[in-house]
Amino acid sequence: MVISLKQTDTLKKDSVRVEKSTKVRMSTQDKIYNVIAIIVFSVITLICFYPFYYLMICTISDQQLVELNKIYMIPKGINFRNYIEILNVQNLANSAFISVARTLVTTTVSFFCTSYMAYFFTKQQMWGHKFWYRFTVITMYFSAGLIPIYLNNRMLHLNNSFLVYVVPSAISVYNMVLVKTSIESMGTELEESARLDGAGYLTIFFRIILPLQGPILATVSLFTAVNQWNDFFTTKLYITNTKLYTLQYLLYELLSQVTAAANQINNADPYASITPTGIRLTLTAIVVIPIIMVYPFIQRFYVKGIMLGAVKG
Amino acid sequence: MKKIRLSEPVKLFLYVLPALIYIFIFKYLPLWGWAISFFQYKPGLPLFKCNFVGLQNYIQLFGNAVMRTNLIRVLKNTFGIQILNFLFMPVPMLFAIFLSEVASKRFQKLVQTVTTLPHFISWVIMFSLATCMFGSTGLVNTTLQNVGICKSINVLNTNNNVWLIQALLALWKSMGWNAIIYFAAITGLDQSVYEAAMVDGASRMQKIRYITIPLLLPTFFVLLIMSIGNFLNSGIDQFLAFGNALNKDTIEVLDLYVYNLGIKNGQISFSVAVGVMKSLVAMVLFAAANFFSKKVRGTSVF
Repeated sequence: MVISLKQTDTLKKDSVRVEKSTKVRMSTQDKIYNVIAIIVFSVITLICFYPFYYLMICTISDQQLVELNKIYMIPKGINFRNYIEILNVQNLANSAFISVARTLVTTTVSFFCTSYMAYFFTKQQMWGHKFWYRFTVITMYFSAGLIPIYLNNRMLHLNNSFLVYVVPSAISVYNMVLVKTSIESMGTELEESARLDGAGYLTIFFRIILPLQGPILATVSLFTAVNQWNDFFTTKLYITNTKLYTLQYLLYELLSQVTAAANQINNADPYASITPTGIRLTLTAIVVIPIIMVYPFIQRFYVKGIMLGAVKG
Repeated sequence: MKKIRLSEPVKLFLYVLPALIYIFIFKYLPLWGWAISFFQYKPGLPLFKCNFVGLQNYIQLFGNAVMRTNLIRVLKNTFGIQILNFLFMPVPMLFAIFLSEVASKRFQKLVQTVTTLPHFISWVIMFSLATCMFGSTGLVNTTLQNVGICKSINVLNTNNNVWLIQALLALWKSMGWNAIIYFAAITGLDQSVYEAAMVDGASRMQKIRYITIPLLLPTFFVLLIMSIGNFLNSGIDQFLAFGNALNKDTIEVLDLYVYNLGIKNGQISFSVAVGVMKSLVAMVLFAAANFFSKKVRGTSVF
């Protein structure tokens, strides 16, 4: 054991040495390529990154300077008045609560429902398994369309209810197929031994399947969470009660008001000490910051996800 | 009371039954709404009390001059934007190829991480950022004026170049993300081919041109075929967020049109008719995409 470990160690060292030596042997052409590529990709990265950076520095800078577009690289006159003032925006705290609540509740519900369905669909001996699986999977390839779905959800009395955020997203067929493929790749030995010990399906599902499917379930759940956080159309379509607005929708409304107000010159400023631009930017920042904090984790899981997705359901 | 003993297959079926009922209610039941397109539907009235008009709604869509012009305009917008999206499809592939040739792994990782960020933000945020940058008092315009070029560019509130602008915004949002698939494919490529090419004295560009690109083409085709299947599903969020009174003629795509017609104007029957036709065309496109995939690669995508 020790020897083999040592061997791999030396192997690693060798490979490092090889890498180093190739680096030394890098031709001038390669060097030129590297320099050009690094410049080009740095510019691309900057183009992707700068709007977010600009947004952030604007929210913490002196608003007069922001209005005059004097801010480019470094925040000037740093203060956090925007973030304090924005609390006065009508309905903000409530919308934030709804946004967080719908994200957490829907992700949790979807986590259990989707993996539950996936687990039982791995059971080939189910009555009519082939038919019911097709019955489910085929729904990925057609859609009744916006209006029929809307009318259907209205008929189910989901409009103007918090449930419209949760129930229609409880099971994602696509995610179900991903999780099912992942469960199948796990093998059946563990489950069989648990069955011999007298565990029922639900015990196996909660005690064995869920804990062992951590990575794929985390990926799927993070995707659901981001989708839930980002969605504003559901609110636009089904919700008229302002108590159920989400942050995204609040921002959407604010933005369309700004566009509408752009044509009217004399627009009384409703937020005394700060500008409407400041409010808009700060609200955007508040909505974006959670995403910036979680997305690197999702990205890490994603490659695993596509590998699984490549296996057809 | 006698305990009923169920056989194992039936028991499993009963476990999954609630989920199947859910699928039925939320995926199959709405199909019933297609019937509305054959009636003169009035919101609030039950369907059987409405006038049955047969195919009249469909005929109106093409027969009525106003309806027809609208439909043609909307289709043009959908095609324009989607075709531009198609033209940009190789960009993520090239992005991944050239980035993977950079010697520093850490730099690669950094670029990848930062460029995927826009994928995770909503179109509302996109609109907010775009206003920040390109709005009439945004960063770009004020800079142009300050520098002295003095001509401000109107990007967001005009009918000009809307298709291109929307396609470019979509590219900005999705490029890094779509490149991930190609990165995964590139890491999976057989390195011995490259070594052989190196021995033969192939240059970097030759290796890209004759090895990497051909090996990535199957991945590219799968994605292409999938997006052909999704041709009409341009989504609604983007155009809802960016649409306003000044650009609505060129930004209104099919999905948005269905929404505007049905929910905003209350012409439910017509909008369902448009939706039904869209769904049928989409299904044909799916089938065609699948067929081509079978022809080209021997396996189906869907």
